[in-house]
Amino acid sequence: MTTDSSSSSPGVARGELIVALGCLALALVVLWQTMEIPVSPLYAKVGPTVVPTIAGAGLLILSGFLLFSAFRGGWQPDEERESQPRGVALLWVLAGLVLNILTIGPLGFTIASILLFTCVARAFGSKNMLRDAMIGAVFALVAYLGFAKALSINIGAGLVENAIESVFFGRKG
Amino acid sequence: MDAFNQLMNGFAIALTPVNLMWCLVGTTLGTAIGVLPGLGPALTIALLLPITFKVDPTAAFILFAGIYYGAMYGGSTTSILLNTPGESASIVTSMEGNKMARNGRAGAALATAAIGSFVAGTLGTLGLTFLAPVVVEWALKFGPADYFSLMILAFVTVSAVLGSSAVRGLMALFFGIWLGLIGIDLQTGQARFTFGLTELLDGINVIVVAVGLFAVGETLYMASRAHTGQDEITPLKGSLMMTKTEWKRSIGPWLRGTLFGFPIGAMPAGGAEIPTFLSYYTEKKLTKYPEEFGTVGAIEGVAGPEAANNASAAGVLVPMLTLGLPTSATSAIMLSAFQSYGINPGPLLLTSQANLVWGLIASLFIGNVMLLVLNLPLIGLWVKMLRIPAPQLYAGILVFATIGTYGITQSPIDLLMLYLIGGVGYFMRRYDFPTAPVIIGMILGPLAEQNFRQAMTISAGDYTVFFTRPLSLTILILAALALTGPKLYALATRRA
Repeated sequence: MTTDSSSSSPGVARGELIVALGCLALALVVLWQTMEIPVSPLYAKVGPTVVPTIAGAGLLILSGFLLFSAFRGGWQPDEERESQPRGVALLWVLAGLVLNILTIGPLGFTIASILLFTCVARAFGSKNMLRDAMIGAVFALVAYLGFAKALSINIGAGLVENAIESVFFGRKG
Repeated sequence: MDAFNQLMNGFAIALTPVNLMWCLVGTTLGTAIGVLPGLGPALTIALLLPITFKVDPTAAFILFAGIYYGAMYGGSTTSILLNTPGESASIVTSMEGNKMARNGRAGAALATAAIGSFVAGTLGTLGLTFLAPVVVEWALKFGPADYFSLMILAFVTVSAVLGSSAVRGLMALFFGIWLGLIGIDLQTGQARFTFGLTELLDGINVIVVAVGLFAVGETLYMASRAHTGQDEITPLKGSLMMTKTEWKRSIGPWLRGTLFGFPIGAMPAGGAEIPTFLSYYTEKKLTKYPEEFGTVGAIEGVAGPEAANNASAAGVLVPMLTLGLPTSATSAIMLSAFQSYGINPGPLLLTSQANLVWGLIASLFIGNVMLLVLNLPLIGLWVKMLRIPAPQLYAGILVFATIGTYGITQSPIDLLMLYLIGGVGYFMRRYDFPTAPVIIGMILGPLAEQNFRQAMTISAGDYTVFFTRPLSLTILILAALALTGPKLYALATRRA
């Protein structure tokens, strides 16, 4: 068996193989964790492990089918296989997500959103980052006020939000 | 006529100014997200689930149903003018609709889509009005074993029959069922799959999963694919007033589309794709203008599928409201809204929550009228929305996704979970796994387990109960046929 994933030849499809192995790993984790669930003898009929076992077994069998298919050339159409995903774009989105999760606690929703907005826009090919940051700021503030004021759902106040609160709503931040 | 009286009562509820306002907000928002590529009704309703803590259930469901119907209308605008269908149910519309638009008949295509949606939506809602009480009467005889079998049937059809591959559909379904199992088992009090994390004891929030798959996963996929340059928007040409011949050519397809859409939507299989395809091929066969199909665009090929997809939207509400059985990602999320209110969806819903259900159904009639107005005279507004460039659109979607998730608990763990599910969603999208079965499995899985347990308790631990009750056995046979039928058929035709 060759590891080359050239299209049309019915060799091993690498991408599909990785996905199938991931599914297999999931199935094994599910079955392993099912064994960790303590079963009280009081519930002999349908205990807490019956459905998890079914789910784990289902995942295991299906992973088998996927593995089989991956070794037989995979299931993706050729055009999908040939177009390489744009790694740089994915990295920009990931950077936005990581920055967002790191800043939303200490700096608040608005700043975290501006960072996320700018990075994602960049991932989709927008070149003017300053303009995107400004659009992101307006967008985030409108969304914040909509949620916080109209629905009174707190979505993470920080520096900017507290400043606005104190200026416009006369409350101290 | 009991249903009629109930419906009149429903109109009294739906016509109060507050509920009319919710209906208008829902239909407008629904049209907007239907028009915008990358946003769908399931994602939008998931993001709005937190309002269930603030708003009374009738209002919330009027809003959700408005979004659901509105997205069906809005989707057609995008597929006609942009040729990138906003959702799977609009794929067929774009085949003929975009050709009509390119040949200067965008106006007629949009008009037949909107009026057809109105006709089908109204007829479908009428069907819902009169079919729902009948189904309920029948469903009251269901025992837990029958319910369990019905859920198995729904599992099989939504994952194995509707998608491109039964294996990948079922994989997605089992993944969803597993996600639904995480947390404390309510019956025995045991923690399952929590990996020692206290955050997981309450289970994973469906908002996190829906938003992760539909917003984060989708954005990652689109970013990895984004081609440079904008999609070309076909300019809005041609009068929105249909000519006499265009009316004549549309009426038949509208009615036939409704006849395909509503029953198929109402079956536990659900789905809008199959009826739209059936309608398209029927119209192609029946038309007097076959030369227009695939060339300049035939109006029948827009009118029929558009009617079919709206009628199926009404049909999907039948099992949702009468059996508590969701057959699409959107209805699964609506079901979780019921749960969030502590309302038990099922055959008793129509009597125990009569005001809610009939108010909702009445608001669907009203919403259809609103949508006709929103989507014909105001069409220019929606065309403008199509001009929002992809970078800012997807950036905005992700910001909303974090609001919706972080807003629930303010826990970075939820955000992390959102991203993880988003990563899974990316790979599912890239390797052609359907995502809707994940949501359905997650919502319906715990309910199936509950019915399984009740059935086993009643039968004193006898597993054969699922095969000895005639109704349950029939449903299970149907499920087995649905799972193996296509394969057997393919095998038989190959041998012959």
